[in-house]
Order: sequence, then C-alpha cells, then structure tokens
Amino acid sequence: MSTTSPPLSARQIARRRRTAAWRRNWALFRGHRAGLVGLCILAVFVVVALAAPLLADGEGLKVTKATGGVLESPSGEFWLGTDESGRSVLTMLIWGTRISLLVGLLATAISMVIGTVVGLVAGFFEGWTSRLLYRLTEWFLVIPFLPLAIILAVVLGRSLLNIAIVIGVTSWPATALLIRSQTLSIKERPYLERARVLGAGRWHQMTRHVLPNVMPMVFANTTLTVAVAILSETTLSFLGLGDPGRVSWGSMLEGAFGVGAMTTGSWWYIVPPGICVVLVVLAFTLIGQALEEVFNPRLRER
Amino acid sequence: MTTLAAAAGTEAAPEPAEASGPRRSFGRYLAGKVLGALGSLLFVLVVNFFLFRVLPGDPARSLTRGRVVSKEQMDAFREQYGLDQPLAQQFLTYLKNTAQGDLGVSIRYNVPVSELIVDRMWPTIALVGVSTLLATVIGVYLGMVSAWRRGGGFDRFSTGITLTLYSMPEWWLGLLLIAGLSVGFGPLPGIFPTGGLNSIDADPSSLSGMLDSAWHLTLPVITLTLAYLAEYSLIMRSSLLDELGENYLTTARAKGLRDVEVRRRHAVPNALLPTTTLAALNIGFVVSGAITIETIFSIPGLGLLSYEALSIPDYDVLQGTFLLASGAVIVANLVANLIYGVLDPRVRT
Repeated sequence: MSTTSPPLSARQIARRRRTAAWRRNWALFRGHRAGLVGLCILAVFVVVALAAPLLADGEGLKVTKATGGVLESPSGEFWLGTDESGRSVLTMLIWGTRISLLVGLLATAISMVIGTVVGLVAGFFEGWTSRLLYRLTEWFLVIPFLPLAIILAVVLGRSLLNIAIVIGVTSWPATALLIRSQTLSIKERPYLERARVLGAGRWHQMTRHVLPNVMPMVFANTTLTVAVAILSETTLSFLGLGDPGRVSWGSMLEGAFGVGAMTTGSWWYIVPPGICVVLVVLAFTLIGQALEEVFNPRLRER
Repeated sequence: MTTLAAAAGTEAAPEPAEASGPRRSFGRYLAGKVLGALGSLLFVLVVNFFLFRVLPGDPARSLTRGRVVSKEQMDAFREQYGLDQPLAQQFLTYLKNTAQGDLGVSIRYNVPVSELIVDRMWPTIALVGVSTLLATVIGVYLGMVSAWRRGGGFDRFSTGITLTLYSMPEWWLGLLLIAGLSVGFGPLPGIFPTGGLNSIDADPSSLSGMLDSAWHLTLPVITLTLAYLAEYSLIMRSSLLDELGENYLTTARAKGLRDVEVRRRHAVPNALLPTTTLAALNIGFVVSGAITIETIFSIPGLGLLSYEALSIPDYDVLQGTFLLASGAVIVANLVANLIYGVLDPRVRT
C-alpha cells in the first residue's frame, strides 16, 4: 500500500488532514436540524443583500424621489406600504439588509481580532501583561454595554464605520475569555512542550500551534458574535446613533417610532424590520450553537 | 446580549494553572475582589474623563458643537471648565468633584446632574428591580423543567420561544405590545396605558396614584421580563444538563431517592451556581434594557434621561448616567462574587 504511493510532503499531509476534518465537521453539522434551518434563513438574507439592486430600485431610498403617500397601507404597488415620506417599506427593507449585515460583519471582524489577540496574549504570556489584559477583559465584560456604546458613539460621531467600531470595541470580551481559557489549556499540552524544547519562539508557538487549535472555537464564537452585533446595531440605530445617510432595519424602526407608527396602526412599518432582525439573529444563533456542538465534543454527548 | 456568549466562556473557567495554587482564605478572597472592584471603578472614571476631553480633539470646540462662538467665548469657556490647566490637574479636579457628588450641570435642564439623577432614579429602580426578579424566577423555572424533560414537547416549545425572545430587540417587543395591548388592534380595544408613569389627574403620593403608577409600569415590566427570562432559562437549562451527567446523581438515585428529590436537593442547587454569576453580569444588561424600554414607554427614569441627553448631546448627563450605571453594575458584581464565594468554596482559589 504505502510502499507503492510516493511519500507525501508535510504540506500535503496537512492539507489532507484538514480536508478530512472539514468533511467530518460538515457531516456533524448536517446532523443538526436547527443549524441547517439557520443556514437556510441566512442564505436567503445573503442573497437578498447581494441582489438588492436587482430586487428594488436604489433610487426608492431617496426621500425626494418618493412616489407613495404618507404611511400608505400595503397595496399592489407597495407590497409593504410606505413610510412617513412615501418611500416603499419593501425597498427600504431590501436595502436595509445590506447595511445591517455589513455593520454586523464589520463589527464582528473588529471584535474577533481584538478578542483573539487579547485572549491569546493573556493566556500565553505570564506576569503583569497577562494580568492587566485579564482585568481589562473583565472590565469590558462587566461595564453595561449600551451606556458605554452610547458615550462612544456620541464622542465618535455618526457613521457606518463608527457604529461598527463602537460595537466591535464593546463586544470582544466574551471572545477573549473563551480564547484565553482555551490557550491556557493548550499551552500545557505535551506537543507544545516539545515545540519549546526544539527551540520554537513565542511567535511560532502562538501562530503555528496555539492559534490553529483555538480557531474552531473562534469560528463558532464568531457566528454568535454576529448575532449580538446585529442586535446592537439595531438598538443603536433605533436610538438615533446610526449613520443618518443610510437605511438599516434599526433606522427604519427609529423612523417608525418617531412617527408613532404603533399608535396609528401602521403595522407594516414596524413589524417587517423587526421580523427580519429576529430571523437573522436567530439564524446566526442557531448556526453558532450547532458549530459549538460540532467543535466541542463535550457538548455533543448531550 | 454579550452575556450568553460570555457564559460559554465561563463554562471553561476553572483553569488548571490557577486551580493548582494554594487555597486562599475567605479574607484574602474578599480583599482581592474589593480591590478589583475599586480598580474597575477607577478605570470607569478614567474612561469617563478622557473620552470626553482627549478624543474629540479640542474639547472646547466639541463641547460647544453646533454653536457659533467667538474666540473670547472659547477662552472664557476653557477657563470656566478648567480646560486651560494641565491634564493631570484637570483629572484630579474631576476626581475631587465626583467624590463630592458634583457631576456637572445639565445643559438641557440647567440643574446639577446629581439632582437630576436622584429625581429620576426611582422609576428605573422599580422597573429594573421587579423585572429582574420576575425574569430570574420564571426563567430559572422554565430552564429547570426544560432540562429535566430534555427533548420532550415542553422542552422544544420552551427552547424555541426563549431563543426567539433572545433574538429580539427588547424594545421592538415593547412596540408590538404597545400596538397590541395599549392602542388595541383591529376590533380589540387597548387595555394598558401607552406610556408615562402617571395619569394626568392622579396624585402620585396617594394610594390610588401609586396603584396608577403600578398600572403604568405593568406593560414595561412584562416587556423587560420577557426579554430577560430567555437568557436565564437558556443558561439554567444548559447548566442543569451539565449536572445531570454527573456521577453523584447516579449515586443519589442508587440510594433510592425519588427523581423529584434528586432534582430538588442535588442537581438544582449545583446548577444554580452559574446562574448566580449570570444574574450579576446581567444587571449591566438590564441597565441597557432600561434605556430603550423607558424611551418607548416614556417613563421618566434614568434611561429616558440618557436617551434625551444623547440627542443634544448633554455631555455631563451622559457622563453622570454612565458613571452611575457602571458603578451600580460593579457593586452588584462584587456582591454576587462574595455570595458565590460563600456558596462555593472552590472559587476562592
């Protein structure tokens, strides 16, 4: 058998193992009905976000180009009615998908980078750096999110990037704690001791040994963080801290609340954006939980 | 919403490196926690001070944003706020003022922020206190029953509902409840008031006035309770499921204890421990909820105060409410940690 096939290079072996691991994990993931449902819901929203220009005319977002009446109820022309300036709610919903997903992903990327770096360093190093970082993480975890986000958003000003920064900077501590505890346990394993004995530097140990091992957890955690980030974006936009020039689900709800849509019975302006938020957040949560079970054998046994 | 993810992190909390150290006495544990809380509080003060003075470039300009001011006015402004002094000096002055309860003056109301906060404190405490209590009790109970009947009809129903509630912005739920139960939908009349804390004709100090306030607070309390019980339920369910696999439960059953006894006397007390930590962390989360819920129900509490302040923006009020919210959460966490230390000697390591 192996005598006939040519010897594989280290890279090839690694690649083979990695593909096998992916296949195994995908098979495990497929066994999760809830996770698959989440994936399908998410796929629909991603398609809508990408195809937004095909589904609805972007001009419909401009208040000056609005064709409908004020808060018209759903009709053949406006499937989901109109808002207070006569824009189609459906058009806003479709284009809002882009902004909500974009801010959610951007904020998550920021949060993951900070969380992973802080967690790795806090877990890998010893002494005061580690202790200081750990305290900082605890601090961010304890401080109430919204008041901190509000003062940050007020200080930074209102723009798409700023709102993502605000959410990213306030939502990393959970990730950092997770990565730190994983790093602490990986650090003690024999193969890392071996690497140290062979003269591996800290950078090599961290990037080649610790990081690849915590990556699955980071991945599972990322999907859960996106859910949190999208919820946060919605809340901050609702409070009027979002980008004033762009339509997101949160800013639509801000508009709906501003004109008192719930007292005038304009349900089409309140219900659809909220349902979209719930569906997307639910989708990310379900996928994240399924991934956690795939990557964490201890949870799988349940 | 970060707390659910955080709970996943705390699950792995007993780290080998720290657990192997010598067990400390409760006194040292207490001292460590108190010092930690003081450190956190100091850091809040540092953030509060520097965010508003260092980040936006020239503070005099950003504090007067949107208004036309001459150079003389700017200089007078700088002097009035002590902005012409060195930063360290300013920080010390800020610390001294804060310690004396001087949190600055609100631009909008032109009264000291500390007075505003004392005025607006009670509705928030009532709202947050009652909802937290209800959410904890109901959530823990739901999680317990779900875990015990894992995979059954009730579990699937309850987990589905709680996950949906967890994915929902709490204020959106509130808006729906206002539309459905206060305004009325279709032929159904509204039963609850749409907002505020009192009816116009009610005297808040009389008994009927207090009942009227309670009536006004019912819908907000229901909203916050629904929003927060989800998290308690999910955590209680997963921590009870963790316990159910443990050997000591098999032992308890082998001793001949009935299932109800095993659950009540063995599994639940242990599963409640992670929930205690969560309850403490969650207070910060509830403070956030109070901001949006008070906004949509127009309840004149601290949350609405912050919301009004951010559109102006009324910096002193924002700083004051942030300081108060963070301080409250830090103290609550300290208390929870101490309780946890008494309940579970293992964490004192």
